[in-house]
Amino acid sequence: MLVAVLGASLAGCSSTGGKRAEDERLARTAGGKAAVNTPRWTFAMVTHSGDGDTFWDIVQNGAQQAAAKDNIKFVYGHDEEASRQSQLVQSYIDQKVDGLIVSLAKPNAMKDVVAKAEKAGIPVITVNSGAEESKAFGALSHIGQDETVAGEAVGEELNKRGRKKALCVLHEQGNVGHEQRCDGAKKTFKGDLQKLYVEGTNMPDVQSSIESKLQADPSIDAVVTLGAPFAPTAVKAAEQAGSKAEIDTFDLNAQVATGLKDGSLGFAVDQQPYLQGYEAVDLLWLYKYNADMLGGGKPVLTGPQVITKKDAAALQDYTKRGTR
Amino acid sequence: MTTTLKAPAQDERLLHRSPARRLMGRPELGSIVGAAAVFVFFSLVAEPFLRASSLSTVLYASSTIGIMAVPVALLMIGGEFDLSAGVMVVSSALISSMFSYQMTANTWVGVGVSLLVTLAIGAFNGFLLTRTKLPSFIITLGTFFMLTGLNLGFTKLIDGTVSTKSIADMEGFDSARTLFASHLTIGGVDIQITILWWIVLVAVATWVLLRTRVGNWIFAVGGNADAARAVGVPVTKTKIGLYMGVAFAAWVSGQHLLFSYDAIQSGDGVGNEFLYIIAAAVGGCLMTGGFGSAIGAAVGAFIFGMASKGIVYAQWNPDWYKFFLGAMLLLATLLNAWVRKRAEAQA
Repeated sequence: MLVAVLGASLAGCSSTGGKRAEDERLARTAGGKAAVNTPRWTFAMVTHSGDGDTFWDIVQNGAQQAAAKDNIKFVYGHDEEASRQSQLVQSYIDQKVDGLIVSLAKPNAMKDVVAKAEKAGIPVITVNSGAEESKAFGALSHIGQDETVAGEAVGEELNKRGRKKALCVLHEQGNVGHEQRCDGAKKTFKGDLQKLYVEGTNMPDVQSSIESKLQADPSIDAVVTLGAPFAPTAVKAAEQAGSKAEIDTFDLNAQVATGLKDGSLGFAVDQQPYLQGYEAVDLLWLYKYNADMLGGGKPVLTGPQVITKKDAAALQDYTKRGTR
Repeated sequence: MTTTLKAPAQDERLLHRSPARRLMGRPELGSIVGAAAVFVFFSLVAEPFLRASSLSTVLYASSTIGIMAVPVALLMIGGEFDLSAGVMVVSSALISSMFSYQMTANTWVGVGVSLLVTLAIGAFNGFLLTRTKLPSFIITLGTFFMLTGLNLGFTKLIDGTVSTKSIADMEGFDSARTLFASHLTIGGVDIQITILWWIVLVAVATWVLLRTRVGNWIFAVGGNADAARAVGVPVTKTKIGLYMGVAFAAWVSGQHLLFSYDAIQSGDGVGNEFLYIIAAAVGGCLMTGGFGSAIGAAVGAFIFGMASKGIVYAQWNPDWYKFFLGAMLLLATLLNAWVRKRAEAQA
């Protein structure tokens, strides 16, 4: 059977796309050599990411790049459930790592364990979510995007584009950051903004829910998705529903960059996840090496950056290699 | 001997029953009443619900669950569960996408390889179950976790990121999309191809269940596996076959995902196995096996599709979405159970 499969695959080669095209594109690669001779410290990152999350994958890529440069051993753990996330942090404290990077999506569950890290003399930097709590919990600094500010940027951009009625598509019910984004957009948007909850792990459900909403209310002229993978699905839904609504999104990936370029998407608001990983590792290194701290105690913002058609072409290659 | 000769004349199984009576005994009767109730309800409260375009959306949502609910219902009639069904759909999509991409092969090659591998996963479930005699809950829970891990691990290992690369520019993509993810217009109404797949699967499954020897075997192994084996039913083969049926439908759904969205998220699919089981159970399949129908499971999927989209059409406060959905399913199922009880009392 194996022979048959291999034979079939050789006979059925595609002359377009695929791995071969990618290899040709990636003729040039960068090596990962350390640029400093500081001791090989170990930094651990623990996030609230679920399995296989595109966004956190880019954060990790950023962190690994900085770790390679700073001669850091980088370890990563994640759990979407808050209590298990804090157990993970505890296990890294037990291992006496030299620095910790944590996300505070559910701050209360993380409070004690961050304090324990402080007591054990491990510097902590918070990333992504938890800008309000970071300082109070004793972290050095926070690196991330203020979700409300990002939402406000969306509202303003929608105004600029003359939109009257927008739909905010939340792919995780009960996610605080998601609510903040939609609420932020609602605050600055002069038109009407409605929320729609969809089942994020079930793409056909996402599509049919957006489709039904657009059919129920044909006056909707903008759809904002909160994650890059949902934007192309929203485009399909609008096509199916015969709606002329413009599709906009938070976050970026290869499909979104292509969509922006060909005009099927209006704009994307990027919080530059690569920066969140990269800066967190780099700032911990700076702190250990030189007691430096960026931002003067204030959160360091990585977004929002509004990306439109004119930026898309330049970003396309970066999205393909998983750093934007 | 004389008594046994006389007995068949009074055998209740051979008594002539009117068509109406026979209808009352069908497993899907209650769910059809439930579906009608949900339909009437949303027709009244949601103005856009009755439009042809809206019904097409509802049918699409129902079909993506319904395609899987058919073999899952058969499996439940055969007395087993499959908790790996949700992620298996995504595995199947990942396999064809990554195989095509990495080998730079025509997408149809990936689709074929995916069919073989997915069927093998189904056979693995069935083989392990019949060999170890452990409950299907444990076996398929194990497969569920393993597939979840493999989906993520392999995608990250092979593609470097957690979602697959787009294969939309590869050869064979367009023809495969036609088969798995196209839509056609019939009489001004847009019909997604998954709806046709769904209808065909329901028809085939119903024919197998009611008209073939295999159908009798499925009911027999679900009712009492030991008794079935004693009268010569190939229990092992039947159960492995049922799991491979689930795998086949997972392959169809997986290819739909892939060709409709170009790139696949490796973490998707978790939790969907429950939707399939819910559809089958709402449609009248007993959780204990031996009773149910493919049409019932289809109606169950339709109820779920109507309820989840009807809430959107009705424009209710989205904060309460899950509550409304749960209440709607519970009411439809209660009505279903009540109707069946009445029917059984009369029959």
